[in-house]
Amino acid sequence: MNVGSIIRGARRLPLSGKIGLALVIFWIVVAIVGPFIAPYPPGSFANEEVFAGSSSEFWLGSDFLGRDVLSRLLSGARFTVGLSAIAVTIAACLGTGLALTAAVGPRWGDELLSRSMDTLISIPSKIFALVLVAAFGSSIVLLTLIIAITYVPGNFRIARSLAVGLARLDYVEVARARGEGRLHLALVEVLPNMIKPLFADIGLRFVFIVLLLSGLSFLGLGLQPPDADLGSLVRENTSGLAEGALAIIAPAVAIASLTVGVNLLIDAATQGKAH
Amino acid sequence: MSGASPVSRWSGPAQLVAKRTGLALVTLVLVSAVIFTISGLLPGDAAQELLGQGATPEQIAALRHEMGLDRPAVVRYFEWLRGIAIGDPGQSLVANKPVADIISERLPNTLILAGLTTLFSVPIAFLVGISSAVTRGKATDRALNIMTLAMVALPEFLVATIAVLVFSVKLLWLPSITIVPQDPTLWEFLRAYAMPVMVLGVGVIAQLGRMIRAAIIAELDRPYVEMARLKGVSQRRLIFRHVLPNAVGPIVNAMALSLSYLFGGAIIVETIFSYPGLASLMVNAVTSRDMPLLQACAMIFCATYLLLVLIADTVAILANPRLRQG
Amino acid sequence: MAAAHVDVRNLCVTVRTPDGSPLHIVDDVSFSIARGEVLALIGESGSGKTTIALSLMGYARSGASISGDITVGDATLDGSGKATLAAQRGHRITYVAQSAAAAFNPSRRVIEQVIEPALIHGTATAVEARRHAVELFEALALPDPATIGTRYPHELSGGQLQRLMAAMALITRPDLVIFDEPTTALDVTTQVEVLQAFRKVVREQGATGVYVSHDLAVVAQMADQILVLNRGSVREQNAVRAVLEAPADDYTKTLLAAARPVIKAAVPVAAVGKPLLSIEGIHAGYGPVDRHGRAAHPVLTDVSLQIGRGAAVGVIGESGSGKSTVARVVAGLLAPTAGAVSLDGQPLAASLKDRSREELRRIQIVFQNADVALNPAHSVGEILGRVLRFYHGTSGAAVNSRVAELLDLIKLPATIADRRCDELSGGQKQRVNLARALAAQPDVILCDEVTSALDTVVREAILELLAELRRDLGVAYLFISHDIATVKALCDEIVVLYKGTRVESGLRNTYATPPFHPYTDLLISSVPELRTDWLSGVGSQGKVPFAHLSESPDLCRFLPRCPVAIAGRCDVFPPPFRTMTAGNAVLCHRTEAELAGEFA
Repeated sequence: MNVGSIIRGARRLPLSGKIGLALVIFWIVVAIVGPFIAPYPPGSFANEEVFAGSSSEFWLGSDFLGRDVLSRLLSGARFTVGLSAIAVTIAACLGTGLALTAAVGPRWGDELLSRSMDTLISIPSKIFALVLVAAFGSSIVLLTLIIAITYVPGNFRIARSLAVGLARLDYVEVARARGEGRLHLALVEVLPNMIKPLFADIGLRFVFIVLLLSGLSFLGLGLQPPDADLGSLVRENTSGLAEGALAIIAPAVAIASLTVGVNLLIDAATQGKAH
Repeated sequence: MSGASPVSRWSGPAQLVAKRTGLALVTLVLVSAVIFTISGLLPGDAAQELLGQGATPEQIAALRHEMGLDRPAVVRYFEWLRGIAIGDPGQSLVANKPVADIISERLPNTLILAGLTTLFSVPIAFLVGISSAVTRGKATDRALNIMTLAMVALPEFLVATIAVLVFSVKLLWLPSITIVPQDPTLWEFLRAYAMPVMVLGVGVIAQLGRMIRAAIIAELDRPYVEMARLKGVSQRRLIFRHVLPNAVGPIVNAMALSLSYLFGGAIIVETIFSYPGLASLMVNAVTSRDMPLLQACAMIFCATYLLLVLIADTVAILANPRLRQG
Repeated sequence: MAAAHVDVRNLCVTVRTPDGSPLHIVDDVSFSIARGEVLALIGESGSGKTTIALSLMGYARSGASISGDITVGDATLDGSGKATLAAQRGHRITYVAQSAAAAFNPSRRVIEQVIEPALIHGTATAVEARRHAVELFEALALPDPATIGTRYPHELSGGQLQRLMAAMALITRPDLVIFDEPTTALDVTTQVEVLQAFRKVVREQGATGVYVSHDLAVVAQMADQILVLNRGSVREQNAVRAVLEAPADDYTKTLLAAARPVIKAAVPVAAVGKPLLSIEGIHAGYGPVDRHGRAAHPVLTDVSLQIGRGAAVGVIGESGSGKSTVARVVAGLLAPTAGAVSLDGQPLAASLKDRSREELRRIQIVFQNADVALNPAHSVGEILGRVLRFYHGTSGAAVNSRVAELLDLIKLPATIADRRCDELSGGQKQRVNLARALAAQPDVILCDEVTSALDTVVREAILELLAELRRDLGVAYLFISHDIATVKALCDEIVVLYKGTRVESGLRNTYATPPFHPYTDLLISSVPELRTDWLSGVGSQGKVPFAHLSESPDLCRFLPRCPVAIAGRCDVFPPPFRTMTAGNAVLCHRTEAELAGEFA
């Protein structure tokens, strides 16, 4: 897949997909350059007025301590997008790696992995994350790992069903009959054909992870001060709800635009492939 | 009908359901082991934590003995499991009350909220799913698709925030926190629950509606549907008589997932509206590191999930003649 | 000729290609059918035959649009007659689909579905419709006509469902019945019964019919007129006899020739000597294995055969015969529960992982469906190159030149090496599939139904290629097929499998004249012939004395279907192998004289 074909594919997306793509690109850019273009340091008490409305100096107003909401949002986005991306990568690598092991490995290995994952998947993801946070706390590293682990069973289930289906196909049987080893079967014969459908699953899981991470932070169980992701910003400013303050709406809308954007993009991209 | 006696006619599905029930129970026990290991064994010494840094080793040892922490992990696990099974999951470390008491105060609230949201959302989800499926690819379907796609991805606190701003702050129609009314009139009751039910409903309608659409569309692509069309079957009859009976399995499964979300997933909604349900209780337990309470809540949510999935499986088995006849 | 009942003028069916330009999948087709006649639409895949048939009901599959004038009785496509075609669906115009197993709703009882057209179109009350249905079941020779309808589709066999679907099509006493490849999914011995039933009811009801098929011999039995189609246009239309005996169009001639393949690349019959590959008393199956090496769900029971160097041995059988399992056992993909496979006198390990790479190289397997036998993620060059590196350690430029040689061997241009498999046609894929096996330079290739998914003309070309490769490279084949004509064309020795047992084996010429095993006889006599009176000449199966027995692993497997079974012998003792004078071995209690006398 080269750059040209990606651009051609993007052009062919329906309007909803283009909007999704634009939002996704926007948030990736913000996550990378956000802190550098922020007008104020995120922790500085720049405004004397708390819960101020939008002005030319403070585009998104000020928060409950008079800090600039835009600056805090720009630095919070980096945590939300960055940690979620890391977590989804870990989850997908672990889940898919185990799924491939189950698909080409011995029967008992598949049985063992599938039973364990079935057990873990019976613990609703939010509950599982809460139990892990209660047990281990929520430093940044632990939080990322906890969220990643929470979504391993889901990715495993999808990836395993794909991999097992592919491993039964004749071209894998032929490779097996040729005497190829398990590593070759998994990486050369099976994995390349899983990537497209897995891409959609990983995207959806990214959305869930963003929502879970923001949700935990909103409950005060996620990122701990002074670090703040978009969910923490919503939490900090709940007292402004009765005033309808921008400080609470802006970060919530920011999260929504990211998750809705990813969803629109995946939906458009997978439908295009189906036709 | 095909000459088989009633016993053999039903032994197939009964066996299958019994097998699924057994499997669910085994899974529940495994789940309990996972939860106990994570929350009871790994975090370190609860006695140390309760007494803080200044405690002498003697004090800690005494408390450890009192709490039974000096016994082997396996013994503690089985004792805890026995407690859960007979409805006595122990003493809350923070409230100094039996966990069972705390939970029994909260459980009815969670059931009411989940029940009301189900009544509100499921019919709408069916409407959305079916109208989307029958207009596949057309304007209605595309509009509903974008709408549900966005609704699924919205964080609950945004939906709740907007709902509060609109209905409480601007319009002053509804209260912004949900106080469970005592002996309410129907009107008071509905007013109190309107906001959390709506906010929870957004996610459920979108998720369930999409899954119902997918289940119906998967059936619409099968050859028997084309055959029915070529028999001159009307669209309505096609959906209700031909397609839906075959889509029962995936649809009840989707409903089980959605309902289990209402049970344990209402964490954020309960917190925002200060609603005294089980999910916000669990959040409190995490914050205060009240492990016995946390474990009991987690077990309730997992058991509910497994029970709902088991019911869905049973319905799917009974709806499928191939499985029904063993 | 009576006034035309069906009249089609300038029919076009158009789809939009992904880039938006229109594509005619049916292009300016005109024909008419007289009342009470059956017209056959003949063609290969992509000929538009099913599309034309469906457009007679005003129906087009997703996204296609129909134009032209169609009249069926007083209904027209645009409703300018008394009614539209669409309104006649399931009422005056009815349809029998290719796979009844998929076309019946799995969650409803069959009778409800059979009488549904009569009820929704109001042609009969429920009671009348049920009575009529039972009459039709009887006319279609279905077992237990009074109660068979209370079953669910999964409780019935493919042949039964196909006949039940015909009953569903006839329940409204329609003016036009469309049969869309109704026997293609069936085994050949089942096909005969279904064809006989169809012909009987069509004649009794005096129905006008359209019969869609790729098989000229089948059509010859069912139709009065034949319309030959190729890529959406008409090549020839004439009476059946005329088309068969004096085809005017070149394409029709090609089709006729391909229907009965004759291989030009003559191969000397392999020298008798030590067998190259020897299979001795193989048992295989699934589930727990008992002390005698029998699996709980046996697939193969005591199968033996030998393949000489450069020989071609055919294994023939219907679905459920275990023929593909033979190949899987030889390849090591499935370990047998008893018995042994040896190569050049050396016993091979039961399972893949205990065989040496050299042993694996010498036996290659080629699967039926090239669509799933070639990895869509890799190019042709990568697929072939991997085999060269793996077995021969070839590397660098040598790989490319060897790939080019291989492609030349299978008559594809070398440029195809850079293409992905999903860009190739069905025939090209099957050639690449073969080339991958050839890249190993094997002694024997296991061909599992390699020509079954192909159209007749392409199939003939692949068979020709197989024969040439054998002549030029001296490679031996274990050729597995359900089609006796294909096997006879390619192989010098044939083994007949029935439900996992070998019921007969012998040289090709012993299959030309009796005596045969009763099952072989049924198999051979069930293959439709290219003459119109063949079906009438096929005697109905005669009485089967043990039809009530279920099949037993200790007796002759064919007993429940055998017309010549002997009470007190066949139902008591396992059958012995008898060698006939012609040299073929037959697993039967009947003597050579009896077998010859019965069937001569």
